[in-house]
Amino acid sequence: MSQAAVRLENITKRFGSVVANSGVTLDINKGEILALLGENGSGKTTLMNMLSGIYYPDEGRIFIDDKEVKISSPKVAFELGIGMVHQHFKLVDVLTATENIILGLEGRLNKKEAREKIKEICDKYGFDINPDQKIYDMSVSQKQTVEIVKVLYRGAKILILDEPTAVLTPQEAEKLFNVMRNMKEDGKALVIITHKMHEVESISDRVAVLRKGEYVGSMMTKDTNAAEMTNMMVGRTVSLNIRRPKPVNPRPRIRVEGLTVRNIEGIEKLKDVSFTANSGEILGIAGISGCGQKELLESIAGLQIAEKGSIKYISDDGNEEELLGNDPRRIEELGVALSFVPEDRLGMGLVGNMDLADNMMLRSFRNGKSVFTDRGTPHKLAEKVVDDLEVVTPGIETPVRRLSGGNVQKILVGREISHAPTVLLTAYAVRGLDINSSYTIYDLINEQKEKGVAVIFVGEDLDVLLEISDKILVLCAGEVSGIVEAEKTDKNEVGLMMTKVMQKDTSHAVTLKKD
Amino acid sequence: MKKSKSEPLFHIVKRDTLVWYKAWGIRAAAIIAALIVCGIVTTVTTGLNPISVYGAFIQGAFGSGRKVWITLQNMSILLIISLALTPAFKMRFWNIGGEGQVLVGALATAACMILLGDKIPNPLLILIMTVSALAAGAVWGLIPAVFKAKWNTNETLSTLMMNYIATQLVAFFTVVWEVPKGSFTVGIINQSTNAGWLPQLFGSKYLLPIVVALVTTASMFVYLRYSKHGYEIAVVGESEKTAKYVGMKTEKIIIRTMLLSGALCGLAGLLLVGGINHTITTTINSGQGFTAVMVSWLAKFNPITMIFTSFLIIFLERGAGEVSTNFGLNQSFADILTGIILFFIIGCEFFITYKIVGKAKKAEPAGASKSIEETKTEKAEAEEKAEETAEESKAEETEEKTETAEKTE
Repeated sequence: MSQAAVRLENITKRFGSVVANSGVTLDINKGEILALLGENGSGKTTLMNMLSGIYYPDEGRIFIDDKEVKISSPKVAFELGIGMVHQHFKLVDVLTATENIILGLEGRLNKKEAREKIKEICDKYGFDINPDQKIYDMSVSQKQTVEIVKVLYRGAKILILDEPTAVLTPQEAEKLFNVMRNMKEDGKALVIITHKMHEVESISDRVAVLRKGEYVGSMMTKDTNAAEMTNMMVGRTVSLNIRRPKPVNPRPRIRVEGLTVRNIEGIEKLKDVSFTANSGEILGIAGISGCGQKELLESIAGLQIAEKGSIKYISDDGNEEELLGNDPRRIEELGVALSFVPEDRLGMGLVGNMDLADNMMLRSFRNGKSVFTDRGTPHKLAEKVVDDLEVVTPGIETPVRRLSGGNVQKILVGREISHAPTVLLTAYAVRGLDINSSYTIYDLINEQKEKGVAVIFVGEDLDVLLEISDKILVLCAGEVSGIVEAEKTDKNEVGLMMTKVMQKDTSHAVTLKKD
Repeated sequence: MKKSKSEPLFHIVKRDTLVWYKAWGIRAAAIIAALIVCGIVTTVTTGLNPISVYGAFIQGAFGSGRKVWITLQNMSILLIISLALTPAFKMRFWNIGGEGQVLVGALATAACMILLGDKIPNPLLILIMTVSALAAGAVWGLIPAVFKAKWNTNETLSTLMMNYIATQLVAFFTVVWEVPKGSFTVGIINQSTNAGWLPQLFGSKYLLPIVVALVTTASMFVYLRYSKHGYEIAVVGESEKTAKYVGMKTEKIIIRTMLLSGALCGLAGLLLVGGINHTITTTINSGQGFTAVMVSWLAKFNPITMIFTSFLIIFLERGAGEVSTNFGLNQSFADILTGIILFFIIGCEFFITYKIVGKAKKAEPAGASKSIEETKTEKAEAEEKAEETAEESKAEETEEKTETAEKTE
């Protein structure tokens, strides 16, 4: 019989006028994996941050083993046996796994002893890391393992994992789940925050749902299903199917040949990449993050210097233009209507401190001969995008950074599709977006496809890629490990292709030993 | 396991945008608090009546018609330099080389006056002076800009270094041009002929810099807000990646903006030598290239607001000078008062962005918590830092912010 390791009672947290959590009461039981569900901005991470001492609640009480506690700092949280693995790793690259794990601990430094203890933890739960390996040599999943071992080393009895699978291949995720199950057997309390419904179904014992900062309810996973959970999160019925209209009259639009790109340190990020993207089709790009997706899109958009290769744009009348070696402005002048929705929206596609109209102007400010900018047209465009895409904003004059992730993305996509592109590049178009906004974006992308735009869609959720794409190109460490028809493949095949070339690389062999 | 029952005493919460009158209310409260603290410090350390000290402050800036004109003239020069730095700052290019850019502008002006005075007609001389002052300042801005644009060198260091070169150049030419020999000063240039002296407007020798400053303010406001260049500057400043993403040539924008920034500083140099002092010394600019950094920041890079912030700085400067002479105190005492006032004015911005929430009560009125908090830190610091200059109080402000940021973590 499980018993409450943590009880949160009436927790409220406000940021200015924004209520992140309002009167949340929740039990986390020993020997149980609890999935915490909710759309973006529903307060999941805030709630867990209060448990790990990063924030302090404005109201409410926290009990650990039925004793009331005040978690005033992360140190106190550690002392109480609460450990959180964040979405973004907090590791020192040049140190080894062991050094990272004992970093910041008090007492005498004894690496040998620490190494023994780490080995012990690894054997107990089935982790697979080399304590002497440097972090920079590790794959993302190995880094994550170090993070988990780090909190276990500090004696955590309550583990919180914030979107742990976002950076993993399906195979790696499955391995993580096995470890989580071992920890559960050991009587630890686990909380996993995730957006992926199938993961919730496969790993968790119980789900708790938050909506707009409030606790909606919890239920045993075996008694529910994805549709019901989604409805609870959103508060109304949503359809979970993504449309895939048949491509109409596809013709080659972008032809990439032998593209090789090195980054500033001289490391090869793309190796001899060749493919063709057709008009009226969505070409999905799958791969573990950092496998060259960014470089690929930026090369096409004129933002990367390539070592060799060619990127040809083929217009409707069969004319070919070389895009490589031109900057975005030159590409525009060549008459290529290229739209690019980059990964880092506020860092690259938009200016966070500028208002909606000024952000619309980014693409159009050069128009006209006057030395002054024309503010009327972008203002109208901003109004149109707000209307058409149902952007929630206090006004056109609001700085974009004040909008929520989904609305920011709508602004960016809205602007990019407004100038009738023939090529649309999107990188992680729905990252950090809630279900509703995600489906709006999928619809917009499909709309462009139906208009005959060649869409290149870099995604991270394989389920989505399989549903929306016509073809999927799988990248692995900068190489194309294959192009498959989305309808004729499955997650397992794509997942394996994502790691195929990596097996040649010895430093990653450890991870895959058990696969 | 240690049982911890300690709850943080207060937390710092980010505010929503404050309505303007509340924000100004906080600023007014800060000034009142600053005056009270200044009064206490004055009475405790000198035994003087604070009211009469404040009176002297106002006397210093507005005591007579001439004093008002000088206040306005000084303000104009500071304003022009601040406006010059602003486009660079908006681009997140930390041009702290205003001092050097003004000096080379001044040097170029003096060179024209000395070498060409009496040899060519006066209007032509003034034209040449203007062109060379602007060009000299522009070159001083261009050099760090090119290094930044091509090799991404740290502009803070390079602009600062250029200041020393400018100072040494002026020192060198002071000896070359010294009058009389051995005095190490240039003396009043062309005193008998007035060649190259900038014309007086409407018979007032103070009016020219004031008019130039007003025109520059209006133009800079329009340039930054409505021109394509201004828009490019803002985008490059906010995010270079975004600028590249939309195909802006960031190198070109950096160089162009620094040419403008340097040239405007050169203009200030022209006015200082050709219009006001008619001589050149290494200290002709009296550190205004640095003070302007603060003026620009205090105004949050808004040219119109800069009129007020430059007024504030000059008012304090002139008032402090008067206090030192009137009461026979040394300059340091006046500097302490200036420091305290600036500390409060800059510090209150923190309370406009954040509020402090106490332990028991949920929403303590911001004003109350502010004065308690600030008076505490202020008392300690005001006494310690006798030499507190404007820049230092700014540094303290950042310190305070980091401290509080640590607390929030």
